[in-house]
Parts: sequence; structure tokens; C-alpha cells
Amino acid sequence: MQLIDKRLNPSGKSLPNRQRFLRRARSIVRKAVRDASVERGIRELDGGGVVVVPASGIEEPHFHRGQAGRAQHVLPGNKEFLEGDRLPRPGGGAGAGGSQAGQGEGEDQFSIVLSAAEFLDFFLEDLELPRLERRKLALMKADGVCRAGYSSSGSPANLAVLRTMRNALARRTALNRPRSSEIAELEAALEEALALGDNEACAAMRLQLESLRTRARAIPYIDPIDIRFRRFEVNPRPVAQAVMFCLMDVSGSMTEHMKDIAKRFFMLLYVFLKRRYEQVEVVFIRHTDEAKEVDEETFFHSRETGGTRVSTALAEMARIAAERYPRESWNIYAAQASDGDNERSDNMQAATLLRDGILPICQYYAYIEVAEPDHEPAMSSVWKIYENLGEERPAMRRVSTRQEIFPVFRDLFRADAETSS
Amino acid sequence: MSALLFDDSDWSFSTIQRVHDEIEKIACGEMGLEIYPNQIEVITPEQMLDAYAATGMPIYYPHWSHGKRFVQHEMHYRKGMSGLAYEIVINSSPCISYVMEGNTMAMQTLVIAHAAFGHNHFFRNNYTFRDFTDPAGILDYLVFARNFIASCEDRHGVTAVENVLDAAHALMGQGVNSSPRRRRPDLKTEEARLRERRMHAEKIHNELWRTLPRGAAAPAKAPDETLVRKLLELPQENVLYFLEKNAPKLPSWQRELLRIVRLMAQYFYPQRLTKVMNEGTATFVHYTILNKLHERGQISDGAFLEFLTSHTNVIMQPSFDSSHYGGLNPYALGFAMMRDLERACLAPDEEDRIWLPDIAGCGDPMGALRDIWANFRDESFVLQYLSPKVMRDFRLFNLLDDPGEPTLLVEAIHNERGYGRIRSGLARSYDLGHADPQIEVAAVDLAGDRRLIIHHKVQDGGLLAEKEARSVLRHIATLWGYDVRLQEVDASGRVLKEHNSSPPQ
Repeated sequence: MQLIDKRLNPSGKSLPNRQRFLRRARSIVRKAVRDASVERGIRELDGGGVVVVPASGIEEPHFHRGQAGRAQHVLPGNKEFLEGDRLPRPGGGAGAGGSQAGQGEGEDQFSIVLSAAEFLDFFLEDLELPRLERRKLALMKADGVCRAGYSSSGSPANLAVLRTMRNALARRTALNRPRSSEIAELEAALEEALALGDNEACAAMRLQLESLRTRARAIPYIDPIDIRFRRFEVNPRPVAQAVMFCLMDVSGSMTEHMKDIAKRFFMLLYVFLKRRYEQVEVVFIRHTDEAKEVDEETFFHSRETGGTRVSTALAEMARIAAERYPRESWNIYAAQASDGDNERSDNMQAATLLRDGILPICQYYAYIEVAEPDHEPAMSSVWKIYENLGEERPAMRRVSTRQEIFPVFRDLFRADAETSS
Repeated sequence: MSALLFDDSDWSFSTIQRVHDEIEKIACGEMGLEIYPNQIEVITPEQMLDAYAATGMPIYYPHWSHGKRFVQHEMHYRKGMSGLAYEIVINSSPCISYVMEGNTMAMQTLVIAHAAFGHNHFFRNNYTFRDFTDPAGILDYLVFARNFIASCEDRHGVTAVENVLDAAHALMGQGVNSSPRRRRPDLKTEEARLRERRMHAEKIHNELWRTLPRGAAAPAKAPDETLVRKLLELPQENVLYFLEKNAPKLPSWQRELLRIVRLMAQYFYPQRLTKVMNEGTATFVHYTILNKLHERGQISDGAFLEFLTSHTNVIMQPSFDSSHYGGLNPYALGFAMMRDLERACLAPDEEDRIWLPDIAGCGDPMGALRDIWANFRDESFVLQYLSPKVMRDFRLFNLLDDPGEPTLLVEAIHNERGYGRIRSGLARSYDLGHADPQIEVAAVDLAGDRRLIIHHKVQDGGLLAEKEARSVLRHIATLWGYDVRLQEVDASGRVLKEHNSSPPQ
């Protein structure tokens, strides 16, 4: 008998087939993911999980009888029946007559467990970052050492023993260096000849031995020219990095509900950016009639009172961007959430600042206007300012319920969509 | 020094080896089993899930349907809806048994006795396996199949290969010859055959032939109908075979794909023919061996009780009105019948002499069973050896379901008048020719539009499930390349229903 421990063999042989299956079921899975994501919070969005998929489109058809026709069954467990008894038909095909039923029925839908990455893949599948080509810039980050052949110099730690020995062997063979076994043989023969007292043979052998020894000494076993070292090269890899500015109005008119919607949008954008860039930094700027950079906790949870001056936030963003995130090395994204109120005196300033200071440095600027669910959409002042920017205006959407977040987000980033509304 | 083979519930490689050798003494020495050399492999639950998806085979070609099966099993397993099997055994030589790392030593003992000896003996000796499968070559063939399909995917694209495989899979049930034709697929000859075909195609290729003027088309002669039917081997039950050999438009690599699927279907066919016998044999063997080990004090009472618990679970037969009922349990029926035969050999009563005349009182139960294991399949085994005692123990009864009647009729119960009818009724339910729809290629209209005519021979008025039949028919049309018509024909030749399909443009 042969007993084999297979446990250390890689498992996951089925993963390629699983991928094929997902690819085949792509459109169905995508729809299921979209449906599932409506009910999920953004934090859960990262988590993958179970989606239920209808089996249509991925069935494997085969010939089988639909209705069995006249059929005879042999069943176990008779308790009271006698020959000739007549039984009522069980309802719904279950029970006695049901040996045929159940085929294909249980398959009407089944669940698939997706990993977090797969879930996001499906969710964000046909979304694209707009104007990505505008900044082709990449920071050269020096990491990733890779093998790059052999060299004749290097540190002893990188000595390539195998290669060195191979070179040495080739050189010894080429130069015909006598083997130590040859010398030993000759020595033994000489011994023997000495014992026999055959002087003539002894002399010849001594001579031969001498020449072999000289040759062996002249041709070293390993020569410095044989030695090789493994060579490593440091590969600088381009690293794209992005910074995401979250701007939010936190004046008294913003309710918790509105903030919640804004937060969802920001998180979604963050998840999305993270997939495109290795490094994403987030800057939170909140404003009332003055703006301030804060941490996440404060950003979403502390309350402020005061008026509303959008331009202060824009100015703060421009300042931070100029200070810490030079255009040449950062992709800049910004999302602004507001209920649309602004002090009238500030409108002009905000428009100028946005057009001249912010939009030119931004890859993408999204403005979402949050509202209470049953709020009649009206022209808010911020909306009006942004709309008046004409061709240059940022992407703008109105959102009033949680369910709208996903569609709006998808709409904004659809691969071939116009970036403005 | 105690005689116990193990006194710990944890297993180790040395214990498994020791237990295997001890079981071998009993199985091959005392019970007279003949087996392929054993190869026992310990695997993890994840690897077991992988094996499930590939229908138990260690190597299988890639296809999305395996991924689908994997996803389903994985889901069930993760949700705790179903446990995993303790073992999987493959009909190959050497006979590979997978055992789970999570089994206790008592379970490993059971599993080795069950799979590595019970199933192994059955694979090696039963005539259906001997006729239809080539256990020494199967693994090599699987390697060939996987490599061939991978090379096709490189050359023709994954989608093109998948389309052909989808179509072939749909016809897997119609891809077997129910009477044996000896075939020995093995890596070397398969590759040589493929090379030869290619060489031949290259050799006879001559650019000049393409430059010949076509000339006026010769007036079409009506081909001789009987000759055509003979050349095409019509009617043909093996639809995949027919398409592989005769589909006019298929390139040769697609024919090879059909062949691979067909050979795999043929390889698994005996397992469908012998469910009751195969599991019954393995269960009978492990029961006998474990009892002997226990009698000799080689396994402890505790381990024996653990074995009895799982054994009892395996051979449980819920009655028809229980919510757990899922048909007759092949383990239960096979085991009960074989135990009953053992009893009839040693201590027959009057009834046995009437119902089991050829073995009653013969005194050599192992000899009789070995003979039965070698020469029967489920249908013939039940027809020959289902004794009244087993029918009484199972309280079997015949139920007639006639769609024309408002009620179901109890046709026979376990009494003197009913034994015969139950026996033949049960045997009939294991007859694949009766359980599967009878599909055959009936005719090809070679003189006309090359339409392929396929017949479903309707039995007892049971028509095909329509929606799926249409999908399968579409697959056939894709492979055939021209229109296909499926006729459902009853015994008198009357066409009950007709489906048509055309190949996609």
C-alpha cells in the first residue's frame, strides 16, 4: 500500500473553474450584486459575502422525462396498505409520487459567496475614472528588487555557487587538468613498481607523476575568473497616488440625514479611488462661514453653527493642495456635499475660486446636493453658481434618499459618461 | 502487550499502515477479495471540495460547470447544510482512496475497509467495470484530455471550446453504448492516433487539387437508403458517437472533444448500473471486517461503538412517508440483501430454497457473494436475489401511478401474492433502459436538406420535459450544423410530439 499525505498540496484546484463560472454568469451575478448593494451600508460594501443568483442562463440541460406518465414505484415502509388499496394523490408532487420531483426544482436559484474583491469588481465593473489621462504623472517609488542575471563581482553573500562550479568544471575540462583520481592511481602504480624493484618503469612513472602534479598546480580547481555572483537590480516602479478632498457644509441647516447621505457618497468614492491608486489620502474640510481641516470623526460627527460660506472651504482646499499636494505628483479628486445654501455675498467669490483655483488642478470635482427625502427640488444658490460655470462646471447631482446614492454614483462614473450633468 | 491496533482516536501514518495491513490479511486472506494495489491519500476538507467539483477525479479538464458544482458544494458546506464525505474512491489502478484528515482512527479504519477493500474489489471484479472501463489507463487519459483541451483553448479560444463542451455535456446521457465495446484509452495510443491523423491530412494535402475546375455539378443520385443506414450505423443510441463520426461540418479538434466527453460518460456508466451492488458490497465488506477485528480484540469496544454509530447512520432507510425519504437507500438495500444471502447460504429455511435456489444452504457465503459481485448489476441482482425476508424487513410495496386515474393504486405488498411483483418491479426501476428516456438517431435526410431525425421512444406515455429538450436540441443542431428534428414516438410508431431546431447562423 502507498500512503500519501496530500494535505500540503495546494488546494484551490477549483478556483480557475470558479472564475470561469463567474465569468459565464457575469451578467447575472452583476445584477445580483447591484440588487444586494442597495440594501447594504458602505462599510459592508467592502466585505463581499453571499449573493443569490437565479439559475436561469447557467443551467445544464439534458434530456429527461417531464411527466413520468404511467409509472410504478417500489417504496419502503408500508404500515397499513393492502393490495388493491387506493390512495389519494399527494399534493404538489411531494411524498409518494415524488421520486421524480425535485429534479431541477431546487436549482431555481442558488447562492454564491463572493470575496470582497470580487464583490467590488462586479459592483464597480464598468465604472471608469474620468480624465485619468490628463495626469499621466507617476511618482517613481524605489521598491521591488529583482534578479538580473549574474555578474563577476559582488558581495560574497550573493555567490552563485552552482554557476561558479559549472564555470570551473568547464575550464578544468577545457584545460585538461588531471583529476586527483588519476594522480592517486599513478602513485599506487609507482608504489607497486617500487616494491617490485622495476627501476626503469619507476623513473618513467616519476616523470609522468611530476608533470601531472605540475599541471594540477598550474591549473587551479577554482579560479577567480570562474566566480559568479547573483546580480540584483532595483526596479523603480511608478506609483500613482491620489488625494481626495471631502468638502462638507456643516452649518445648522444640514441634518443628520443629509450628513449620512454625504458620508455614504464620500466612502463610495474612497473605495473606488482605492482600487485605482495604490495610495489614496483623504483630506476632510468642513465649513460654516469659515473652513477648517479636521479628522474623520470630527468631520462627520461634531456640530457647528454659523452661516455658510462655500468659498472658505474652496480657499482652504486650494491652500492645502498648494502646500502638500503639488499637481505634478498627485491626482487630485474632490467631492463636495452641501444642502445648497450659501450666503449671497459669497456667491461671486466661490464661483471665481472654483473656476480659477480649484477646477484646473482637479482631476474630478463632484458636487452632490443633499436634501430631505420629501423635499421639492428647487434651484439652490450653490447649484446656480456651479451651473453658471458653463462647460467647465463640475459634475453635479441631487440626492435625497439613501437608495439613490448607488445609482447616482454609478451615473457619475459610468465609463463613457459625460463628466458634467 | 495488548492486541489493540490503536487505542487513541487520533490517527497517524504508522497506525493507518498497521490497520491497512491487518485488514488486508482478513480481506484478501479470509474473505478472498482480489484488489488493485491500494493508494491511500490523506486530504483536507478544501481538497475534498475540489475533488467533489471534479466528480471525484484527481485530474479533470477545466470547465465552468465544474466551477458551478464547486460553488454549490462550497455554499452547502459553509452553511453547514451538508457534511463532507469521509472518503472518495476512484476506479483506477492503483486504486486511489481519499480519506479526510479530520476522521478519527476508528473512522479511518472503517473508510479503509469500505473503500480500499470493498469498492476496490468490486471495481476489479464486477463485469460492468471490466467491460466498460480501463482503470490502469484512466489517469493517463485524463492527463491527455486536460492537455488536449488546454491546447485547444490556446489555439481556438476558451469560448469556442466551451461551446462544444457545453453541447457535449448536454448529450452525456446519450453518449454511452449500453452494450460493451472494448476500448482502451491510454495516453500513448491516443497521442499517436492524433499525430497519425494529422500526418495523414498533411500527406494527402495537395495545393493542386484546389485549382482544378469544378465543372458542372453531376446530377445528384439518390443514395441507396439501406446502404446509407448501414454505413451510418443507424439507428444509433449513442448520439455523441454518431455526431463525432458523422457530423459533416465539425473540425477534427471538435470531434476529439466529443470523444473525450463520450469516453468519460462511458467510464462513469458502470457506476450508474451498480449503485446498490457497489455500495452494498463495500458496506458488507467493512461490516464483516470490522466485526472480525473486534472479535479478535484488535479494536477497542469504544472504537467499535463509534463504527456502529456511523454504520447505522449509513444504512438507515427512512420510510416513504418520512420527511427524510429520498428514495431507496442503496447502502441499506445492498447491505440488507447481502447479509440475507449470507444467512441463506448458512442457515436456509424453506422459503429460501424456493426463492434463492442456487445458493440456499451452499455453505460458502463468501464464494457465493464473490460470484454475485462479479457477474451481476443492480437490475439483475435484484431480480435474482431479492428475497421475501428483505421485502418484509423493508416492508416494500408497489404503487401504481396512472395519470388517467384520480387515485394511486397499491398493486402489491409484502405477501405471498406480491413478492414476485415487487421483485420485478424493483428490478425494473434499476433498469437504466427504462429509467432514462430512450433517445436514438433515427435517420438523416442525406439526399435533401441533411436534416437529422432523432427519436424519443416514449414509454408509458412519459414525454420529455419540453424546455430542456429544446435547449439540448439546439446543442445537437450546433454540432450537426444543419436542421434537427426530434420526434417523440410511441410503441406503435405514432408521433406524439415534434420539436425542430436550426443551427445558429
